[in-house]
Amino acid sequence: MMHSGAKRSLIFAIFMAIALTPLLDWIVKTHSGQFFNGYYLGILIDIAINIILAVSLNLINGHTGQFSLGHAGFMAVGGYSAAKFTLILQSSVPVAAQPVLFAAALLLGGIAAAIVGLAVGIPSLRLRGDYLAIVTLGFGEIIRVIFQTTEFFGAATGLPGISHWTTFAWAWGLAAVTVFVVTCLVNSTYGRGFIAVHDDEIAASAMGINPIRYKVTAFVVGAFFAGIAGGLFAHHKRFLSPTSFDFMKSIDIVVMVILGGMGRTPGVIAAAIILTILPEALRSFAEYRMIIYSLLIIGLMILRPQGLFTFGKKRAVKV
Amino acid sequence: MSQPLLQLENVTIRFGGLTAVSQLDLKLDEHELVGIIGPNGAGKTTLFNLITGVYQPTEGAIHFRGQPTRCVKPYELARRGITRTFQNIRLFRSLSVFDNVRAALQLHRDHGMRNALWRGKHFRESEKAVETEVMELLEIFSLGRLRDEEATCLPYGDQRRLEVVRALATKPKLLCLDEPAAGMNPTEKVELMRLIQFIQEKFQISILLVEHDMKVVMGICQRIAVLDYGIKIAEGSPEEIQKNPRVIEAYLGSES
Repeated sequence: MMHSGAKRSLIFAIFMAIALTPLLDWIVKTHSGQFFNGYYLGILIDIAINIILAVSLNLINGHTGQFSLGHAGFMAVGGYSAAKFTLILQSSVPVAAQPVLFAAALLLGGIAAAIVGLAVGIPSLRLRGDYLAIVTLGFGEIIRVIFQTTEFFGAATGLPGISHWTTFAWAWGLAAVTVFVVTCLVNSTYGRGFIAVHDDEIAASAMGINPIRYKVTAFVVGAFFAGIAGGLFAHHKRFLSPTSFDFMKSIDIVVMVILGGMGRTPGVIAAAIILTILPEALRSFAEYRMIIYSLLIIGLMILRPQGLFTFGKKRAVKV
Repeated sequence: MSQPLLQLENVTIRFGGLTAVSQLDLKLDEHELVGIIGPNGAGKTTLFNLITGVYQPTEGAIHFRGQPTRCVKPYELARRGITRTFQNIRLFRSLSVFDNVRAALQLHRDHGMRNALWRGKHFRESEKAVETEVMELLEIFSLGRLRDEEATCLPYGDQRRLEVVRALATKPKLLCLDEPAAGMNPTEKVELMRLIQFIQEKFQISILLVEHDMKVVMGICQRIAVLDYGIKIAEGSPEEIQKNPRVIEAYLGSES
């Protein structure tokens, strides 16, 4: 069977991610402390996780036009379910089967988040704009408080001792899958419906497009990938605390989407990369770090309100 | 004659104390071009919203092809064959001309999410067929060369035409045009009249036309209904309507 261009790129990206992993590990082991070390590898994985988060939120906020501020909540659901799953089962699984367990945990996290996404998607049928933003914001906080008070999930002290299973290959491979899914979904006759709903719900409805179906689909798919990102995050940081999933985390992801240009996947990826590196690069400014970070964002929003990157924009897409 | 395509019986809608449309009866047969006229605020657009399922009538019933449309959502009615254009153009503004039509075309396609992700043979064939179909439609209305333009960057007249093309892409049985001549100059209006007649013949559909411009309505409609304050005050052929004293009164006021 012949593969379409998009599918070939996906396979290539996953292959690259897998091939680069041992190389990076080797560099970290032998040349540590020079030009590349474990800290940099960690940031590379952070970038991939943020790409997953931003690109999946872009499906909800950018393409479908539903302003959601609850992405950290979905991420928390995925992260905690995946982490708890591996914590319970890892001792009874042989070492060789660990990748399978990890894959199952990520999938579980994604599905758990998708179910919650469905629950949040329902109110979005009645609400729009600011009101939806407030509801999803409230939802994110509810999720965080639930994890903060549930003993089973470590309550306020957090969930320690998670295995360090998130490698470069896992993170970037799944980032490639996310980009593939969101791009392919939108760039099809079916997917034009997301944008039609975003542009004009009444007109979309008159053209036979069911806005409810599309909005809920966007929420479920977006939440699913946020859940996977949560699982990767848990097995990368090896420790989960409810404060990692607070309101600010949601805002960070929203900023990536807005800065990248709503509904423009290449721009959103670039923004995710920049906004992950920026706070790290500013570490030498110590306490002024967050001030500079905020000023940069304010400046960018004033100068480029349409988003930093407007390339890869609206051309009738060839199949 | 078999059952009418669209039948409104005793349709009434009230918004609080205001009766926007009152006890309206209207019938539309297949391949018929019917005009609805009336002064401002007569309830013409409300009538459209009732027919296309945006509003539910307070009383009365609407039947489309013999089936009641009560509580049927607009997108479901579009599937059954009712579609419309809007008085204030509502194109998908972040989509290209091509994609505006493409979005409306998915209605009769079975490739959903799974196919869009798998990108197999079926998907590519289906997308190819969609592209051919969209381009055919655009070419008929000579919008083909503008396919990659942003829809809202088109000149006004082209935007109106694009809205019609988009509506036709859903393969309707009944096309409702809400003031298609609004904001057009006389030349464009003549062109529009030709276009509407052409659409009716080419696609073999019924058209319901709401319009202010008498010349347009009188020129092309087979039958005209006149609304005033939500009540149908007259119905008949263009000649009959022109002579009807109640219509003249509604538009020009009585002599006394």
